[in-house]
Amino acid sequence: MIAMRSIVKRFGRQAVLRDIDADVRSARVTALVGPNGAGKTTLLKLLLGLARPDGGTIAVAGRVLDGSPDYRVAIGYMPQIARFPAHVSGRELLTTLASLRPGARTPDLTLSEAFELGGAFDRPLGTLSGGTRQKVNAVLAFAFKPQLLILDEPTAGLDPLASRVLKDRILAERATGGTILITSHVLPELEELADDVLFLADGSVKWQGPARELKMSTGQGTLERAVAQLLAGRAMLAVA
Amino acid sequence: MTEVLCLLRPAWREALRGRWLIGLAIALAGAGEMLIRFGGGGATTIVSLLDVVLIVTPLAALVVGTMQVHNAREITELFLAQPIARRRLFIGLYLGTALPLAAALTIGLLAPFAWHGLLFSPLAASLLRLGAATAALTMIGSAVAFVVALKADDRVRALGFALGGWLIGAVLWDGVILLLALLFGDRPVEIPLLVALAFNPIDLARVLLLLGTDAAALFGYTGAVVQHTMGTAAGHALLITALALWLALPLWFAARTFDHKDF
Amino acid sequence: MIIGALVFAIQTGLLIVSPQGPIRTVSAAVAAARPGDTIRVRTGTYREPTITIDRPLTIIGDSGAVLDGQGRHAILIVHADHVTVRGLDFIDTGMAYTEDRAALRVADARDCRVEHNRFERTFFAIYLAAATDCVIADNVITGRPGREAATGNGIHMWSSRNILVAGNRISGHRDGIYLEFTRHADVRGNVSEGNVRYGMHFMYSDSSNYAGNTFRANGSGVAVMYTRVVRMTGNVFTSNHGAVSYGLLFKEIQDPYLDGNLFSGNTVGLLADGADRLIAVHNRFEDNGWALRLFGSTVDGRFEANTFRRNSFDVAVNGNGTSTVFNGNWWDGYHGWDLNHDGIGDVPYRPMRLFAMLIEQAPPALLLQRSLFVKVLDAAERVLPVLTPTLVIDEHPLMRAPVGAAR
Repeated sequence: MIAMRSIVKRFGRQAVLRDIDADVRSARVTALVGPNGAGKTTLLKLLLGLARPDGGTIAVAGRVLDGSPDYRVAIGYMPQIARFPAHVSGRELLTTLASLRPGARTPDLTLSEAFELGGAFDRPLGTLSGGTRQKVNAVLAFAFKPQLLILDEPTAGLDPLASRVLKDRILAERATGGTILITSHVLPELEELADDVLFLADGSVKWQGPARELKMSTGQGTLERAVAQLLAGRAMLAVA
Repeated sequence: MTEVLCLLRPAWREALRGRWLIGLAIALAGAGEMLIRFGGGGATTIVSLLDVVLIVTPLAALVVGTMQVHNAREITELFLAQPIARRRLFIGLYLGTALPLAAALTIGLLAPFAWHGLLFSPLAASLLRLGAATAALTMIGSAVAFVVALKADDRVRALGFALGGWLIGAVLWDGVILLLALLFGDRPVEIPLLVALAFNPIDLARVLLLLGTDAAALFGYTGAVVQHTMGTAAGHALLITALALWLALPLWFAARTFDHKDF
Repeated sequence: MIIGALVFAIQTGLLIVSPQGPIRTVSAAVAAARPGDTIRVRTGTYREPTITIDRPLTIIGDSGAVLDGQGRHAILIVHADHVTVRGLDFIDTGMAYTEDRAALRVADARDCRVEHNRFERTFFAIYLAAATDCVIADNVITGRPGREAATGNGIHMWSSRNILVAGNRISGHRDGIYLEFTRHADVRGNVSEGNVRYGMHFMYSDSSNYAGNTFRANGSGVAVMYTRVVRMTGNVFTSNHGAVSYGLLFKEIQDPYLDGNLFSGNTVGLLADGADRLIAVHNRFEDNGWALRLFGSTVDGRFEANTFRRNSFDVAVNGNGTSTVFNGNWWDGYHGWDLNHDGIGDVPYRPMRLFAMLIEQAPPALLLQRSLFVKVLDAAERVLPVLTPTLVIDEHPLMRAPVGAAR
């Protein structure tokens, strides 16, 4: 679904991403993990066209990104907890997003029902709690039947029940052929979701492949421990 | 362009429901009301309002514009992730900021005249000029604010630049011009000075507004020169073109910055 | 028939001129009249060569009695004492570049009255040369404003004495009212507006009075030059704007006295260039570009109990200051206080702002008028009074505008 080749990104003189070669496979959930400052958010921004790489190419669904916005029709993006306009309701925002996708089918609001958002979807976002806002955020990302979902810390701020609902929805998307790229600090959250892992540290890909292989190769039972092992290995490398 | 219109809708809602914009309009209307009450609503009122327009409008546009760009940062990122070209998104964001502000300021300015029944009085022409100048200065100020805010990612720095820009345009530039005038003393440097004024949109608007009142007639030789050169249709066209450039160039620059910006 | 009319005239002292009557021209009536007779001109248009009145007569026109110069010649010359001309319409003298062609000329005559006449499209309307003890009253004079050279003066007085000019309306001429070498003139209640050059212009005309006149929207305003002892009271000088416009210009004047006049909406209200011992009391200066401009040659003047309101600049003097004294005037820019409630501000007022002084040095800087920078300058002056030039100072500014000042 996504193919990144030799991606380089600098902010000023500091290289944030160096020579990234990575793939996100279709109809799978890929967990993008790594310590703070590893370049995860930057990578997502490059995929979305919010920023442009200084070198290398990115292809999404076979199309090489060239500044044209059309490929984003297929993407649903859920940013980190966002401060959206305080006086606009989720539904109004949804209407606006729909208008940016000419020919889009009627938005899919099943997630809103699953969250039991009810009237909150019609209230100004500024009056909602952080968790409720995050639910609205999720509804917007899933509303247009995206082939590719890019979710940045999607469960942050959600209560366990809502978190469960969201995870079920992610799995349902995968079951119908959707591709999901997800980041999270809370690795146990990813445990039951991640098919593949893309481990980023210091702007480079340190490991990528199926989650199962990661656990096997590190000899750890959970994703959290496996990643901790990777991090520790990295620390040892640094010491060495 | 329908996308641009669609982007405007939430911006309008945000502006209308957020009370500060309405508060700004009401404050302006209040000032106008006072001036009409205590100034008699005649030409003197217009001249006093001229000060308000020339000082408040660019300041409001610069401050509000810069803040708005930064406040809208996250929603901008969400929009950027949608299938819309950056240039259109930029136009939508700019108009979404500048139009409600221009509307609020213009309405706030003219409202007291409307309810005193003065809109279609002999003041109409002056009021039209005043309203147009308010709208133009708001659009220009917002465009400059977009340049500043897109160039300076740090909110405080951006605000500092915006205020600095206002200070230059509203005060310092004229100080330089005064210095030049004193340097050249008695020589008739009206025309070079007019050219120097054209590099400042606030001065341009001021000259345009002064031409609208009979104040220019009261300034002897200089007033006569200004009236002769700028009071003509060609002079007006020149002033308006200069103002239009002041809108177009910052906008073009801001749009270019937006196109190439990493969010 | 003519003989019958003459017999009638001898019996009554009255000659009738009418288009159908026995006497069909004014000239014929004048020729037939005896001193002291009255000539009555009936309604009609009379086209005849220039009429010369050489004996004391009264000529009265009925409404619509028109003397037509046919665009070619002067109409009436008064060359005798005790002549009255009343109620006639004088039209179309045409232009004349080689002579001061006038509709009505009074030359070397005493005791004339020119009243209630109308003058239209005349080069000069009324022209007095060496006239004495005359009354010019209630005439309506309408010229055709054009280039300065294409029109003469409305009421022109040269080398005359004791002239009362009252209640006339003059417009569209070069100078509305013009006096030269004329003494003891009394000019009152006239309205002079829309004249090409000056509403009133006088030179070498000492000891004269000007009261209750209105001078409005003339090319340059009113100019008074080379004259001693001028009294101007209750006049209105208004709406004179342009590059070289003023309400009133004093040039090389001694002992002018201004009382109760209104100067409003002029580029410069009063411009004094060499006025000695100028006294101005109870005048109002409103809505002018500059209320007062005093050139350095103006000495020993005194301004008291005047009102200055809404002028862009109240006072400007050039050079190093002025010996003119300002005392007890009301200034709308004065923000002082009055702790002992005697109606006089406790701190002096300096009506010449810093910006006004800078403008004197660099006139183009006027382009900055109404800019925030200039307001900042003004505010700085208020905080730091040391910035304000001390060229002009009112030691006892009034707290309240004097009532009853001007009309």
